[in-house]
Amino acid sequence: MKKNIAIIISFIIFFNINAYALIQVDITRGNLNPLPVAVSTLFIDSVSESKVFKELGGLKIGLEISKIIENNLKKTGLFNPLNQDAFIQKPDIAHLKPRFEDWQLIKAQALITGKVEVVENNLRVEFRLWDILAGREILALAFTTVPANYRRVGHIITDKVYQRLTGEEGYFDTRIIYVAEEGPKVQRVKKLAIMDQDGANTKYLTLGNELVLTPRFNPTNQMVTYLSYFRNLPRVYLLDIETGVQEVVGTFPGMTFAPRFSPGGKKIIMSFAKDGNSEIYTMNLETREVEQITNHPSIDTSPSYSPNGKFITFNSDRSGYQQIYVMRSDGSNVKRISFGTGIYGTPVWSPRGDLIAFTKLHKGKFYIGVMRTDGKGERLLTENYYQEAPSWSPNGRVLIFYRETKSGDQGEGFSATLWSIDLTGYNERKVETLTDASDPSWSSLLTK
Amino acid sequence: MNLRVFTKNIFLVVFATLILSACATKTATLKGQMQGDVYTGTDTVEYLAKGVPDRVFFATNESVLTTAARDTLRKQAAWMRKNSELSFTIEGHADERGTREYNLALGERRANAAKDYLMTYGVSQNRLSVISYGKERPVNSGSSPLAWSQNRRAVTVKAN
Repeated sequence: MKKNIAIIISFIIFFNINAYALIQVDITRGNLNPLPVAVSTLFIDSVSESKVFKELGGLKIGLEISKIIENNLKKTGLFNPLNQDAFIQKPDIAHLKPRFEDWQLIKAQALITGKVEVVENNLRVEFRLWDILAGREILALAFTTVPANYRRVGHIITDKVYQRLTGEEGYFDTRIIYVAEEGPKVQRVKKLAIMDQDGANTKYLTLGNELVLTPRFNPTNQMVTYLSYFRNLPRVYLLDIETGVQEVVGTFPGMTFAPRFSPGGKKIIMSFAKDGNSEIYTMNLETREVEQITNHPSIDTSPSYSPNGKFITFNSDRSGYQQIYVMRSDGSNVKRISFGTGIYGTPVWSPRGDLIAFTKLHKGKFYIGVMRTDGKGERLLTENYYQEAPSWSPNGRVLIFYRETKSGDQGEGFSATLWSIDLTGYNERKVETLTDASDPSWSSLLTK
Repeated sequence: MNLRVFTKNIFLVVFATLILSACATKTATLKGQMQGDVYTGTDTVEYLAKGVPDRVFFATNESVLTTAARDTLRKQAAWMRKNSELSFTIEGHADERGTREYNLALGERRANAAKDYLMTYGVSQNRLSVISYGKERPVNSGSSPLAWSQNRRAVTVKAN
């Protein structure tokens, strides 16, 4: 799917940077005044529409792409997409040249217009981003792809708009891998599942015959590492989601778990449990070389590399309780960094490098929080009965994690769901999934 | 529940009521099935043979064997020595109030605590394997201290 997109990005219209003071969205604070933005339906001529009508099951592609963009923007909490019913100008005319007064009238500050054509069975999609108050175009791009990729077109447009307006890379053309859950708590069936970041295109990657846990994406390609109880031997596996080929990682004489990729994707870091002691190991996927990183008679697990690969954060109960530590990637210079009240686990290094997200348990409540890599500046973002396992969006602005509800004596009322929250602590949202879900991991951008 | 256990439970209730009069209501509802936060009841216990319970229970975050757990494991070891053709898997489990990965490690540590104790009572290492399920296979699906205490366990199952 990734290979055949062949996106040709061309700057179709001159593109002045920083010529005026333009609209800008500040994403560093909780945004209480989301930017009003109008997303016009992408115009498609009737000949083009009839060519792809059947393939896309009769869906109105121009409208559909605009809805994908609107939904993405709305969920950031930074933008307020205006109701299309209020739009005065027709999509094709607006795309050529908006009447800025009309858009100002409905209080839009930014406008997205676009056009879809079908050229030799491919979609050619162009879009423009307009600054209504300044009365000018601030971004224009065109893509060519196969019709089946129309949802990704919507995501890529959102990425470009988000980047232009916030100055940060987007996270919309991405996927989430997670564990889909069904059945009673005492006999839960778990499958690997993957979906687009907005919940579309859910696919199951395993059948549920064996227990699977903690899938994580390779940051550089479409490989996934996870824990499987295949043949009742809990081991770390590697799965290529393009081909479906999977293999066990290494030949450890015991349980391996808590896997993650190194930033370059060439190594897997994980725990290996033997004789009641869990230590952190790495395996180089090219040379198959295995290296022991920690050596301590306590539980050392949940390792995560810094984005430059020089450090590893992990949790250990060497102080008596689960706490967060940082060490050099060779295992030297181990330092405890969490010193607040409560126990701390599942540290994950931000892709920006400056923060570590974690789970904290204190007085019977679970928190998702962030701290600086020296442990200072702890900030708790959300409190709940049970939640854990944050995973960063590729731009390091949003965390996705899972929650479980308290159940009654017979397990009634239990649910496991995915949630996301901004780094600011604002904009907490449920991430819709087709089944109960846990252990989410966010992919990198599929196209840069 | 046989009479002996029943009378023992009654005794524990009375005992707990005397000691912990402040939380008498709560203790009474647990029917004397917990000591500290370790499960001491028999509701979830199965038997490998007559008088040989299949599981031991742990305190929160702990893998230390309690006196009752050591007693159970000595019974298991004696029975295992008499049935030398059998081999066993010890399944380690945690409650749902901990992070998934840490609980996998904790379950492994609990299973090994039981395995080590069986070995010191003469059961050969090559008859015993361990597996951790972390918090993935609770026996009680409730979200109460009693349910959690029943789930913090190491269970010995026949492997052949």
